[in-house]
Amino acid sequence: MDLVIARPEGLYCPPGDFYIDPWRPVDRAVITHGHGDHSRSGNLHYLTAEPGAGILRSRLGKDINLQTLPYGERLQHHGVTLSLHPAGHVLGSAQVRLEYQGEVWVASGDYKVEPDGTCTPFEPVRCHTFITESTFGLPIYRWPTQADIFAGINTWWRANSEQGKASVLFCYAFGKAQRILHGLDPSIGPILVHGAVEPLNRVYREAGVYLPETRYAGDIARNDPLLRKALVLAPPSAGGSSWMRRFGDYSDAFASGWMLLRGTRRRRGVDRGFVLSDHADWPGLLWAIGQTGAERVMVTHGSVSVLVRYLMEQGLDARAFVTEYGEEDDAATTETGT
Amino acid sequence: MKAFAELYLRLDSTTSSNAKLEALRGYFASAPAEDAAWAVYFLAGGRPRQLVPTRVLRELAGALAGLPDWLFEESYQAVGDLAETISLLLPESHQQDQEGLAHWVENHLLPLRGLPPEDIQQRLPPLWARLDRPSLMLCLKLITGSFRVGVSKLLVTRALAQLAELDAKRVAQRLVGYTDISHRPTAASYQQLIAPESADEHSQRGGQPYPFFLAHPLQAPTEQFEALLGPPGDWQIEWKWDGIRAQVVKRDGQLWVWSRGEELVTERFPELQSLAQTLPDGVVLDGEILVWKPGTTDADLAVQPFALLQQRLGRKTLGKKLLSEAPVVLQAYDLLEWQGEDWRSRPQHERRKQLENVLEACPLAPVLLSPLLEGPDWADLARQREQSRSLGVEGLMLKQREALYGVGRTKDMGTWWKWKIDPFSVDAVLIYAQRGHGRRASLYSDYTFAVWDAPAGTPGRSLIPFAKAYSGLTDEEMRKVDAIVRKTTQETFGPVRSVTPTLVFELGFEGIALSKRHKSGIAVRFPRMLRWRQDKPVDEADDLATLQALLV
Repeated sequence: MDLVIARPEGLYCPPGDFYIDPWRPVDRAVITHGHGDHSRSGNLHYLTAEPGAGILRSRLGKDINLQTLPYGERLQHHGVTLSLHPAGHVLGSAQVRLEYQGEVWVASGDYKVEPDGTCTPFEPVRCHTFITESTFGLPIYRWPTQADIFAGINTWWRANSEQGKASVLFCYAFGKAQRILHGLDPSIGPILVHGAVEPLNRVYREAGVYLPETRYAGDIARNDPLLRKALVLAPPSAGGSSWMRRFGDYSDAFASGWMLLRGTRRRRGVDRGFVLSDHADWPGLLWAIGQTGAERVMVTHGSVSVLVRYLMEQGLDARAFVTEYGEEDDAATTETGT
Repeated sequence: MKAFAELYLRLDSTTSSNAKLEALRGYFASAPAEDAAWAVYFLAGGRPRQLVPTRVLRELAGALAGLPDWLFEESYQAVGDLAETISLLLPESHQQDQEGLAHWVENHLLPLRGLPPEDIQQRLPPLWARLDRPSLMLCLKLITGSFRVGVSKLLVTRALAQLAELDAKRVAQRLVGYTDISHRPTAASYQQLIAPESADEHSQRGGQPYPFFLAHPLQAPTEQFEALLGPPGDWQIEWKWDGIRAQVVKRDGQLWVWSRGEELVTERFPELQSLAQTLPDGVVLDGEILVWKPGTTDADLAVQPFALLQQRLGRKTLGKKLLSEAPVVLQAYDLLEWQGEDWRSRPQHERRKQLENVLEACPLAPVLLSPLLEGPDWADLARQREQSRSLGVEGLMLKQREALYGVGRTKDMGTWWKWKIDPFSVDAVLIYAQRGHGRRASLYSDYTFAVWDAPAGTPGRSLIPFAKAYSGLTDEEMRKVDAIVRKTTQETFGPVRSVTPTLVFELGFEGIALSKRHKSGIAVRFPRMLRWRQDKPVDEADDLATLQALLV
């Protein structure tokens, strides 16, 4: 029996009668993590991993009907045993393990296999069927080491600050921004953040994640010399807006896995691209799939057809699952979120 | 190799000309002359002929990465550049190779040309294993001939001039022919570029042309011309010819013909050979090579379409028949050297006067004097410009009477404007899309357009492809079209998707001619998108009859 099927509302568990990350409002929603394409408002009842509660409340409202579950703890619902396991993607991200009549399925949501210090690291879960994402499902995607990336960001920041220029680093406000903050060398200069980033920093700090001191960029006067030494974290949507004018002559950069390709980097029109992703790269996807021991793999959002074909050639029973996560199948359209 | 790869990264990571200039200066100041020689060659657009067949390269890279062909192809489609794809797929190396660019090019890369595939497969893997990722990508770009980084020849010229404390024009002059296929850069040739000026430099230049002075497009409405340009009397006004820009150099009894790409094309135009006898020594003419209607060498305009010239260029040998059916002339419009003296710093009108004298003095059969146009005001000239299409020219050229002859697209010594006529245009339907390259990699940005094969209302009429275009849209529009292509895909053939016809674009093009090679029977020149006609349903797009009516 299939424990998860695709329905117009989202991924559905028939025996448990609940949805995983539904994109239309439903009664019961299990949320893998708080990014906008996975957690939407309007559901009557939410279940998420305990460390993700603060994020969900900050994004969907304080009053949502939210139940939380610590990682690894089991819950029974209509005969389905459900538990949540770390996905290593962002704070509170979880894989959903479902067990029913001896059959085990795991839905990964989004995941990253490399530990980053801002959320509980990915944990492989054995199962019969694994539902995997495929955002970076091409062999060209192999991430550089995090140490190299952070060294690159620090060097860029230091060089700009020596030239008296602000360093504006565009990144997704939830997850990526905190990961960057966690890995930076705060001795280089002051760190300023955009209004979209600050509330999420608060949630991370409350969850006990170390982040260096940050200041809200809007509080700094336009001609304050401090601006010329600062690193500024802002969401991509702030680029080209009047908000940017306060920084005068600045250098800009973008942090995303897509920055691995010269074409996407140039299309962004920023000075620098830093290859930092909160998704698994190609070796990471294959490793995670292998670790589950699953014979059947359902592939969702990303390079679906490529990963399905590749896994089939490796002797697995692989299929495509149509979802509305991410957007379409490659770099061009999904640049901002990942 | 590593130093050049670092320069590439620096140039690639900024859009500021000053930052690029600084990066170039820094590189040239510290690079050994033999490496700098090759760096100038590649940066100024030089490309050695293909070193390794693409197929061999792909197979080898796929095998080293342990990937099936289809997965290599998918990767290539996402990246949009073969060299970059391979550099991302090969295992990463931690070796710190210290050999310089010249050593790599001369000892490792150039010798690959012409080797049997087995030898190439033997040689390349250990070479690749020595390079870190940026150096590897660069090395692959040199192998595939796809080395490009946003640096103009002018910028390289400026960097060298600043470094050597020379006039940039002098360096530009020395750079002419540097990237010619027959030239192999050496430490000595680099040192010549940056050497102090010598007295006999001018007399030692052999058949070298001058760097071409280029025009800027003029796009203002005619009513603003008076305010922008002053009265027409300040300008030397000519037709804008649609041929091949060329310099004819006559020195020491010998004749050289150079195209704008600084390619030596003397052999391609035997008609001009007689000038070796008729032109005096120490003369350089600037003008346009055109196919002229046979038997009409007088002042009447008898320009033949560019397509004829293009066909001629495509031929390996020029037979008698072709030479008699499609003879060329040179429409001369500038004089850059007279009696061995460089005339470029004399004003336009003075050069023109002397050009007229030269051409009057001797009967030069294949050379015509590009006629001047006059008019009391710009409105009158605009009217004259309207005849352009029927005369076979592209519009008007406006040259400041006081302009000196500059280098490339400079404006500091006077300006040349090209005032072109509006392009032909039709409303066409997008039917196929393919992903682009470079900064459009993985975006569906290259399109095939069709028109209807019968008028509206004809039952069962179909769309017939006639042009490909990939420029003219803003990034924002391209992103939208990309999303629509993905949503309306009917079939996928390799990298190409056929789509349900829903998108209509106004396509512009410069020329149109009959063609047996195209399904539509028509070939257009320089097609590009002028406008996305979101207001227009597919049914109202133009049909083949519209195109045929444009054929003169």
